[in-house]
Amino acid sequence: MIRFDRVTLTYPDAPGPVLREVDLTIAEGELCLVVGRTGSGKSTLLRCINGLVPHFTGGTLSGRVIVDGRDTREHRPRDLADVVGFVGQEPLAGFVTDTVEDELAYGMESLGVAPPTMRRRVEEALDLLGLSDVRDRPLLSLSAGQQQRVAIGSVLTSSPRVLVLDEPTSALDPGAAEDVLAALTRLVHDLGVTVVLAEHRLERVVQYADRVVHVPAPGAEVVSGAPADVLQTTPVAPPVVELGRLAGWSPLPLSVRDARRAASPLRERLAPLRPAATRASGGSEVVRLRNVSASYDGVPALRRIDLSIARGEVVAVMGRNGAGKSTLLGVLSGLRPTESGTVDVAGDVTHGRPPRDVVRRVGLVPSEPVDVLWAQRVDAECRDADRDASAEPGTTRRLLDRLAPGVDDATHPRDLSEGQRLALALSVILASSPAVVALDEPTRGLDYPAKRELVDVLRELALKQHAVVLATHDVELAAELADRIVVLADGEVVADGPARDIAVSSPLFAPQVAKILAPQPWLTVRDVAAALAG
Amino acid sequence: MTTVPRQPRLLHPAAWWGWATAVAVAASRTTNPLVLLLLVTATAFVVASRRPPSPWSRAYVVFLRVGLVAIAIRVVLFALLGTGGGTHVLVTLPSIALPGWMAGVRLGGPVSLDGVLAAGYDGMRLAVILLCVGAANTLTSPRRLLKSLPSAVQEAGVAVTVALSFAPQAVASVARLRGARRLRGRRDRGLRSLRGLAVPVLEGALERSVDLAAAMDARGFGRRAATSRHTRVVVALCVIGGATAVAASSYALVDTSAPAVLGVPLLGVGAMLVAVGLVAGARRGGRTRYRPDPWRWPEWLVVMSGLASVVVLAFGTPTQLFPSTSPPRLPAMPLPALLAVALAVLPAFVAPPLPAATGRRTSTASLRPDPAMATR
Repeated sequence: MIRFDRVTLTYPDAPGPVLREVDLTIAEGELCLVVGRTGSGKSTLLRCINGLVPHFTGGTLSGRVIVDGRDTREHRPRDLADVVGFVGQEPLAGFVTDTVEDELAYGMESLGVAPPTMRRRVEEALDLLGLSDVRDRPLLSLSAGQQQRVAIGSVLTSSPRVLVLDEPTSALDPGAAEDVLAALTRLVHDLGVTVVLAEHRLERVVQYADRVVHVPAPGAEVVSGAPADVLQTTPVAPPVVELGRLAGWSPLPLSVRDARRAASPLRERLAPLRPAATRASGGSEVVRLRNVSASYDGVPALRRIDLSIARGEVVAVMGRNGAGKSTLLGVLSGLRPTESGTVDVAGDVTHGRPPRDVVRRVGLVPSEPVDVLWAQRVDAECRDADRDASAEPGTTRRLLDRLAPGVDDATHPRDLSEGQRLALALSVILASSPAVVALDEPTRGLDYPAKRELVDVLRELALKQHAVVLATHDVELAAELADRIVVLADGEVVADGPARDIAVSSPLFAPQVAKILAPQPWLTVRDVAAALAG
Repeated sequence: MTTVPRQPRLLHPAAWWGWATAVAVAASRTTNPLVLLLLVTATAFVVASRRPPSPWSRAYVVFLRVGLVAIAIRVVLFALLGTGGGTHVLVTLPSIALPGWMAGVRLGGPVSLDGVLAAGYDGMRLAVILLCVGAANTLTSPRRLLKSLPSAVQEAGVAVTVALSFAPQAVASVARLRGARRLRGRRDRGLRSLRGLAVPVLEGALERSVDLAAAMDARGFGRRAATSRHTRVVVALCVIGGATAVAASSYALVDTSAPAVLGVPLLGVGAMLVAVGLVAGARRGGRTRYRPDPWRWPEWLVVMSGLASVVVLAFGTPTQLFPSTSPPRLPAMPLPALLAVALAVLPAFVAPPLPAATGRRTSTASLRPDPAMATR
């Protein structure tokens, strides 16, 4: 269905090609997962399939990309619109109309589909993706998961034979991600659609994949094959695969179910062992919320929350999209006013205080990291951040090198990959060394090695008696990093306790290792490796 | 009036615009304050009974304010710069002598009742025309009108839709970025902070437009059946030429002193040209429309009631439409004008009732209690 024939692609002004001599065949009806480190060229590979590269982005392409018999050299993206449906990283950025139904119909209108067919397909897409309740709602009022499903539906209605998705679940909570993936697998199984998707959160998708394509680095050789073979050696691998590598299971299990069946010997070995005790934080209280209520755009988002956080503690705030996580961080950092209750962060309220004073007490990395980046070059950004924070020159750059090594000084921050941008934003915020570090959805677009770095950096901060609060959907990150998990639902705290207890007891928030080794209380591959070694 | 059971639905946007334009034309043919006030009441009544709860539905109040400001400006400017004279002098403002080369312009001096009345009537006429635009905006969102554009100009319509979404997005990103300034310990108030915001906001907007362009390209925007260059040029000439003719003729229709040939005849020629262009354009098409708004008898009735109102007003009582202001006389209320107003208010009854489904949450603005909706 899709064939790359010795494809080499070079962007103008780039030192070398992004893709070099790529030969790749993806058969009809396959679900193909493209993996690789941040910035390795996955997105470029995906955009080659519908001709956005090079028709839209520029660049020189040699070799041929053939999709359903059409050569992308002779067909522009719009000529391939009936064959390839493309869903970009930001669903909101691709919306043309303003309500759900119109958006679903837009592509078909451009293709000139007959009105009765259009009507039928819109209804089918609404059902298939579970959107019929919101059919005439404005797109801006939808949750992130709904928006992502509308974006998928909007290309699906043109009934393309190939669906290309760039990180479709990265902004979604575990439940919404499962809905989206269930919809995708249904397309593959029932309609024979060929799906190509890039994703960093492999633990969510790898069990559905028929083929894994590994793009190691720009210009490096692309490896394609069966998931279990390719993932033997890749640096990006989900916890289930890492545990399999650690235990030496063969064939490598890809799903929790397969791993559980292979895991009984490992469970026996681990039975007498206990995970290393989480350190007691024991620091003094640095955040105290009492009875706090707040609203978001006139809708109540927090209802009488009580929360206290100690120095040196890492707290993960979890819950579905729209549960009030971001509002909580906004209240902590003084961006949002409260309607009632008291907020005390490192000795004072935060809302309405001078920003220079607030940033020493609490630093927030927003969910759109690019919002805190304004300079035209990375080095200028780092210098500005040092000055804003009155930190020693070079502080920000050192932090950045730790999080994302090798970012070029002259790059524009908006040209960085998603992960590098987050790293830069985090470095900028950490430069003023705030007592409380808050991160909104930090692992969007981060690969596993970058996530490990993030975990190390945040752990180190906690050891230095900073409190770390992160709002996240990423259960693996929470398991790896958090001492405590707070679960929000509908603006209320529904669970608050040690990470181990909450993560093991909840099926939705349990990391893969916990599911594999249940009922034993192991959360991460690191825990297991340390126990086996020690 | 007997009520026929009708399916609740939204009226075709073009019907509302047709009605509103007709009422505006009617208003432009008179300066009789009684008639104008009645026309305002008519539009307000129609708006109150048939507006959907959308973010646009506050437009009428906004236009009402703009109209009042227009009247005030007209009267104040007249008082300051008017030509003097008149039978009943109200006050005499201190006058300022101007240099000789500005002869003919007067600053201050006597203000007469005649002049103030004339200015006020004129301002009222302008305000009512503005209110008609406001009523159309309230009764149907501009986006819905763009959606029902003929297929020949559909792509231009999409471009306008995209442009319309720029302003709210820019406002949202300014708010977000001001928050972000605080996160970096900078002030978020004052002129200097605004300057710092401009570049990121524009960068964000540019990035979004590039993303959107890619998404639209990938979804087939601009793809159509191959047509010859020749047809394209002819279609474009017809549409642009016709639209210009319609614009010119509508000016002549509003300005009673223009030569008659520029009025209705030119309007007809322009409309014909546009129609030919659109039909020819639709034939090359390649686009289809999803759930187009139907055009049935209520649409005809709404447009017809507007047109009938113009005809009755313009030809029924030509003399009493411009009440004398010098010397000032009490304006009379001609009977045909009453009939015209009654015709203008008909859409409140003949338009189908609003569907309940659109009462669902469309924005936070519409969540607030809305007296006009509550009293219905």
